[in-house]
Amino acid sequence: MRFFLEVLISGLLSGVMYSLVALGFVLIYKASGVFNFAQGAMVYLAALAVVGCMEKGAPLWLAVLLAFGIMTLFGIATEKFVLRKLVNQPPIALFMATIGLAFFIEGLAPMVFGSDPRALDIGIVDEPIEAILNGWGMVISKFDLAAAAIAAVLVTTLALFFQYTRIGRALRAVADDHQAALSIGIPLQHIWAIVWGVAGFVALVAGMLWGARNGVQFALTFTALKALPVLIIGGFTSVPGAIVGGLIIGASEKLAEIYLPALMQSAFGGNFGGIEGWFPYVLALGFLLVRPEGLFGEKHIDRV
Amino acid sequence: MTAATATTEAAPTAERYLTINNIEVIYDHVILVLKGVSLDVPKGKIVALLGANGAGKTTTLKAISNLLRAERGDVTKGSVEFKGNRVDQLSPNELVKRGVIQVMEGRHCFAHLTLEENLLTGAYTRSISRAGLKEALEKVYHYFPRLKTRRGTQAGYTSGGEQQMCAIGRALMAKPEMILLDEPSMGLAPQIVEEIFGIVKDLNQKENVSFLLAEQNTLMALRYADFGYILENGRVVMEGDAENLRTNEDVKEFYLGLSSSGRKSFKDVKHYRRRKRWLS
Repeated sequence: MRFFLEVLISGLLSGVMYSLVALGFVLIYKASGVFNFAQGAMVYLAALAVVGCMEKGAPLWLAVLLAFGIMTLFGIATEKFVLRKLVNQPPIALFMATIGLAFFIEGLAPMVFGSDPRALDIGIVDEPIEAILNGWGMVISKFDLAAAAIAAVLVTTLALFFQYTRIGRALRAVADDHQAALSIGIPLQHIWAIVWGVAGFVALVAGMLWGARNGVQFALTFTALKALPVLIIGGFTSVPGAIVGGLIIGASEKLAEIYLPALMQSAFGGNFGGIEGWFPYVLALGFLLVRPEGLFGEKHIDRV
Repeated sequence: MTAATATTEAAPTAERYLTINNIEVIYDHVILVLKGVSLDVPKGKIVALLGANGAGKTTTLKAISNLLRAERGDVTKGSVEFKGNRVDQLSPNELVKRGVIQVMEGRHCFAHLTLEENLLTGAYTRSISRAGLKEALEKVYHYFPRLKTRRGTQAGYTSGGEQQMCAIGRALMAKPEMILLDEPSMGLAPQIVEEIFGIVKDLNQKENVSFLLAEQNTLMALRYADFGYILENGRVVMEGDAENLRTNEDVKEFYLGLSSSGRKSFKDVKHYRRRKRWLS
């Protein structure tokens, strides 16, 4: 039982990390109806920017600030040079543009900041919390807990921002109908620049946490792939959905990794491993069949 | 070029308010949609822009509100002036700030926002306090009580009439002086249309909002408007006081389906219309 709990908790905590990446997708999808394929690349870019600046001798806080600046500039540039030309084009055109953007970043970022894998130290150590280890005999990582706390703060802020502020409402309005938003005087350019800026910030946080845990390397771009089942389960348009989806994926993949092989072995014989790798996608597929808009996603409203 | 475009007879008012001078609009660099349209909206009046499908009503409105560019349309000639200033190069955002706002054809409410949130987005361009916002909301609810009872419903789940009211109310939140209202009767029951036109007239008289109203429902529009323009194939073919247009034989025949001289053969009608356009 203790072991089960330990697996569950560490799964939930790592799920929060997935949520962070998923959150970036949700932001841009909510505000522009675009599935931003480049989010994974942005995570990579942000992490690289932090490491790159630190290598040049900047202290952590300055590197983070500089990276944030870079991500914001990047967001504004994306709006100006890519999205602005594509107003009122079908979503698939915008989606293709973000694929292009992803390759662009994946090529450019290593050119500027170097491509070899590096460690990122953000001052939080990845070791068990002693009180819990001594008291209950469970291994819960400090790092995971801190990451979860950071994500929780970020998500709460964003959810409130979307729901109750003027800009947040405008963002949702733009997501619903570009043209109508334009017609009542909402400047799409500003809104998109803001969204990409915020998505850049989220990518920065995700990039730093993932980078600190796994090292800053090209594989960071693949974290985006793990965000996909998270989005499908939580819903593409929901900030809380990204969190809940992340928790479900994180917990279920760890539990599946531990408990499924034994079951499958007794049923089919043979050896089973690496379930963690594919289990989330199977889960997402199941969800698509039952509830395609996800747990918290906006239902498509059709007038009949 | 044509007789219709050359005359820019001002409507019966001294002050120039919204003036469109001989504009030409081309979509995608090839499709000529407006071939020189000129019209005037005097302050505090309701002006109807009439005509059949594809005559250029919506394009005219979008040319004024500068929503054309997002659709690959371009105003290639002519000018749009509001209160004596050129406004054709302004972004929709700046134009809304100056008091000209468009209510688009087909309502375009934000489906996933509640009715109240829809209204609130309308105040985006205004920097007003929470109290001011509340006051503006109440004003809209005063004109559209039905919106108040359904304020918490997502707009996508409301009826067509409620959506039209929501769209007009949302525009009102920007505190406009001039509303470009495109086809408010589209797809609505006659009773609702009547209700909406009544509210438009109310807003016009009590809030002193001027309207440029594009409509296919000619009879209804002429009942509520002060002045009317009839567009055909991207040109103004006729203009006049609403009263005069309503009693005009040609308007009766072509747009109201009433004729004094019995039925004409389709061939005659077409010929007559073509000739009429050049002469007017």
